[in-house]
Amino acid sequence: MIKLTIDNIPVEVQEGTTILEAARLVNINIPTLCFLKDINEYGNCRMCIVEVEGRNNFATSCIQKCEEGMVVHTHTKKVMDARKMVLDLTLSNHHKDCLTCVRSGNCELQKLAIQYNVKEIEYAGEQSEHTVDDKSPSIVRDFNKCVLCKRCVATCKNVQDIGAIEATNRGFESCISTACDASLNDVDCTFCGQCIMSCPVGALREKDSTEEVWKMIHNPELFTIVQTAPAVRVALGEEFGYPIGTNVKGKMVTALRRLGFDKIFDTNTGADFTIMEEANEFVERISNGGTMPMMTSCCPAWVRFAEKNYPDLLEHLSSCKSPHQMFGGVLKSYYAKVNNIDPAKIRVISVMPCIAKKFERTREEMESDNIRDVDSVITTRELARMIKQHDIEFSELEETEFDNPMGEASGAAAIFGVTGGVMEAALRTAADVLEGKDLGRIDYEAVRGKEGIKKATVTVAGKEIKIVVASSLKNARIIMEEIRNGKADYDFVEIMACPGGCIMGGGQPIKSSKQRATIDIHKLRSDSIYTIDEKSTFRKSHQNPAIIKIYDEFLKKPCGELAHKYLHTEYKEEPKYNI
Amino acid sequence: MKKTIDEIEKIRWERRSDLDLRVNRNTPNTQRHILVCNGTGCTSSKSPKIMEKLEQLIKEKNIENVRVIKTGCFGLCSKGPILIVRPEDTFYSLVKIEDCDEIINSHILGGQIVQRLLTKDLNGNIVNKLDELPFYKKQKRIVLKNCGLINPEDIEEYIAFDGYKALIKVLSSMSRDEVVEEVSKSGLRGRGGAGFPTGKKWSFVKAEEENQKYVVCNADEGDPGAFMDRSVLEGDPHTIIEAMTIAGYAIGANQGYIYVRAEYPIAVKRLEIAIKQARDYGLLGQNILNTEFSFDIDIRLGAGAFVCGEETALLESIEGKRGQPRLKPPYPAHSGLWGKPTLINNVETYANITQIILNGSEWYSSIGTETSKGTKVFALGGNVNNVGLVEVPMGTTLREIIYDIGGGIPNGREFKAAQTGGPSGGCIPKQYLDTQIDYESLKAIGSMMGSGGLIVMDDTKCMVNIAKFYLEFTVSESCGKCTPCRIGTKRMLEILEKICDGRGNEHDIEKLKVLADSIVKSSVCGLGQTAPNPVLSTMKYFMDEYEEHVKDHKCKAKECKNLTQIEIDPEKCKGCDLCKKSCPVQAISGEIREIHTIDQNKCIKCRTCLQACPFKAIH
Repeated sequence: MIKLTIDNIPVEVQEGTTILEAARLVNINIPTLCFLKDINEYGNCRMCIVEVEGRNNFATSCIQKCEEGMVVHTHTKKVMDARKMVLDLTLSNHHKDCLTCVRSGNCELQKLAIQYNVKEIEYAGEQSEHTVDDKSPSIVRDFNKCVLCKRCVATCKNVQDIGAIEATNRGFESCISTACDASLNDVDCTFCGQCIMSCPVGALREKDSTEEVWKMIHNPELFTIVQTAPAVRVALGEEFGYPIGTNVKGKMVTALRRLGFDKIFDTNTGADFTIMEEANEFVERISNGGTMPMMTSCCPAWVRFAEKNYPDLLEHLSSCKSPHQMFGGVLKSYYAKVNNIDPAKIRVISVMPCIAKKFERTREEMESDNIRDVDSVITTRELARMIKQHDIEFSELEETEFDNPMGEASGAAAIFGVTGGVMEAALRTAADVLEGKDLGRIDYEAVRGKEGIKKATVTVAGKEIKIVVASSLKNARIIMEEIRNGKADYDFVEIMACPGGCIMGGGQPIKSSKQRATIDIHKLRSDSIYTIDEKSTFRKSHQNPAIIKIYDEFLKKPCGELAHKYLHTEYKEEPKYNI
Repeated sequence: MKKTIDEIEKIRWERRSDLDLRVNRNTPNTQRHILVCNGTGCTSSKSPKIMEKLEQLIKEKNIENVRVIKTGCFGLCSKGPILIVRPEDTFYSLVKIEDCDEIINSHILGGQIVQRLLTKDLNGNIVNKLDELPFYKKQKRIVLKNCGLINPEDIEEYIAFDGYKALIKVLSSMSRDEVVEEVSKSGLRGRGGAGFPTGKKWSFVKAEEENQKYVVCNADEGDPGAFMDRSVLEGDPHTIIEAMTIAGYAIGANQGYIYVRAEYPIAVKRLEIAIKQARDYGLLGQNILNTEFSFDIDIRLGAGAFVCGEETALLESIEGKRGQPRLKPPYPAHSGLWGKPTLINNVETYANITQIILNGSEWYSSIGTETSKGTKVFALGGNVNNVGLVEVPMGTTLREIIYDIGGGIPNGREFKAAQTGGPSGGCIPKQYLDTQIDYESLKAIGSMMGSGGLIVMDDTKCMVNIAKFYLEFTVSESCGKCTPCRIGTKRMLEILEKICDGRGNEHDIEKLKVLADSIVKSSVCGLGQTAPNPVLSTMKYFMDEYEEHVKDHKCKAKECKNLTQIEIDPEKCKGCDLCKKSCPVQAISGEIREIHTIDQNKCIKCRTCLQACPFKAIH
């Protein structure tokens, strides 16, 4: 153990602890801007500088390890002045359009400027001018707001192992760019959106779809159906002051109704379709010698990653569309027919924890009978903004249920929101199908938790099935390389692009660097998801009465002809760069 | 063919007697070597063509016993292309291809020295021999001892002049501790600029318990006007290879990297040749000289980023990443290249090693001052008569370098300041001309040793403008990693531009100071921490000029155009009309033999008329 004093408070810490971490242990807060625990620890921004007695220059507290006998001062005049200077300089080259910025109120730079009483910019001067890249359907990058913290670069490289973005040029001309300065749309970006989650300011943001959704709602000719993904309900509340992970499903449904959607359905129902199809596809592949291992396909960032990086392994991907696309297909066919609505007048809007879903919706194959499955995708954050725009006091809303019959879902569908969930849901159904009977309650604990790669062997109908669950594209690459090099004998592979699964998706509420360092956000949201599963009447997708009914009346059988038409898709090689 | 120690010694003995005429004037004139500088300076003024021509003439005329030798830099670059004929030591300067015939016919064949190609000292006296030149008299050559003496592309010439003798000594009779001890005792300090004790650095890396260690040579010389390291690499590449190998033995490394900028193509080529030769002779590679010790060296090219001279940015660049500094600690000695203990020294530091090993630490530490031992190479430039490369013992005064070696200020102008340490250093005013140069004394007067750029400025230089020049350099060379350097230096430059444009006010000087202080304290690396130095040091010694700019809106040195008026002194004007003819914008009027005047509204302050006036009437 190492003993030191911080602001005259004696502290004892493990060897290897940084000054920043040590200070937090005794409730001394040191401001940071570029720091992102375990991901971006390079000391670029200089906000976390502190004075260490006996040193000429400031120490970088986010990196500097504590040393025996160190005497640290975190808030002396010198330090405060230097931090204020850093802020002054940073703001002098930042488009300060806070009033209209999507991150206003949740901007780490804005917060620091207020905290340090920066009223006017002392060192104003030339400002960098960059063109805003809004070509992709998912993501907007506006480097006029970039503060060069490189949190996005580190996330793309260190967490996702993509490296679509990197710093280019020197000095004042430095900026974050892509290969040949192309749009993110045209490079190896997968639209996972983790960079947005890392950005402390408004330089990276989702492509806003709220305006187009308002237009649909306000058009009396149209019948608007909104569906919400499993992960949205356990995160939306955070935008309204609820503790992280609070399940606000009931209030969310009421809010959606107040916004004016004609029907409020649950994407979890769509997830039950996915399981019906995917579990049966798996059973078919394993029984009839299909391409193994089979890989899940409900994460569009993962699919885009596979198409760009592993075109030789696309056969392994399940042909199942993702839940909201399947659900869109069913709504515009079966639901439209049963309720006698012209499918051309139906607009399906998906509320997703994800920005890649915005891209997925635009893929040309995501339609049947020339009718698009889904018409717009908004993220959890955009939904929160719409609710605020409508002046709804969210906390005071009564709780209501999804509309039926498409509002019913199993616990298996709920756990789609976490890493390992799709695997567990599929196994629950596959086991029953293979055995030909209800096996009762089986939980697959081995695939739960936020570890990046989880491997297990499960016995289903006397067969040993090797499964692996990976989240984050870095881990996906590890698994894919194993498979490509013939070093793996998995049967079933689940991959989610975002570390921890959809609850940590790129469309979820953005958490500050400090929250990410000090709170286990994944656990809080994930616990909430498993509680939903626990409390569900049905915990297996094939037991969901709504599902049974629709297969009876319309789809006939899983992986059948109609199921293929509405619920399945195909993949093709994508060039890594379109430059 | 790999050689044994005995074979190397045999080569040394045989080749040395061949080459003795290069150093021994008393060698009978039966053989002659014409040494032709092939450093970057002379090469760009066509010295390779001169070599070709000489060789062609020698062949045509069937002259025996004369060889033309390619060498590195002689140092007096402003007089290039330079030829030296040995053993008589005739120093020909500013030689042209057309002069070759005369040199061969008159000198080589006729025994008559070509007087018109000899150089003159400041008093106009012809100087026959190199070591009679005042430029060389006060120099002491340790680092540059082989530059201009040997053919850098011939390993055997290097061996002839004690090359690889230090390595043999180390491998055959010294323990690793003894090598480190010897370097420590010599008092050698890092020549890259900061002056960290070299022996201490070696001992840190040696003490690391790790199987894989690296030796790195920082040859990313980037200061404007500096070419010390380039000249060593071009003139004596083997000394760096030998020193790095000794370092590898001492610290326990088996791999070395030379990080050299791609803008030094001659240095790179000669290093490549030298490394290949060393490998062929068994002086690099597995089991060097049949010992247990193995060591090899590879070259890594830098793409010309100044910041890559910063050791951690250099390591990042070698690793293939964007050249940006890492935060220290951990220092490279503990965690360097690919996280392994790494010894990084600069070219000039390594160039001292073989001499320390051969002559002993006592000899080395007898040269220099109390805290700074040995010699220092300076690239002398700016407003000084002898522009070139000089090596002097530590403790030599600025006055000796500028006046005795450099030959003083040209055009009868006054000395104003000397800039040392490049963009990280500062400007030293007249009152410190007698300061004995060492690490501490330069720091005490607000500058630094730096890598060795020494730029002399006369009284036509505006110090605010000089500060602006250095800031321009830093702004464009900042890597952009940390906020104070990336944006802060840019804002400093903007303030300086404002002042030089005549838009400045007194508040700007205060703002500049506050910002400079903040950048020094809070930047990540040495580049940012020292970037404000040119401003701080000029403010310290030339505050009157800053004040003159912002209060009186005048620039005494007349460099800042908006603060300057070009005027014709009616007392001196003879009405010769030359100024009028030279003016590109027809701003000057006046009849012949009448006093001329300048229309200030038209004048663009290009100063062409100043050059044109034969009576110095325009200022």
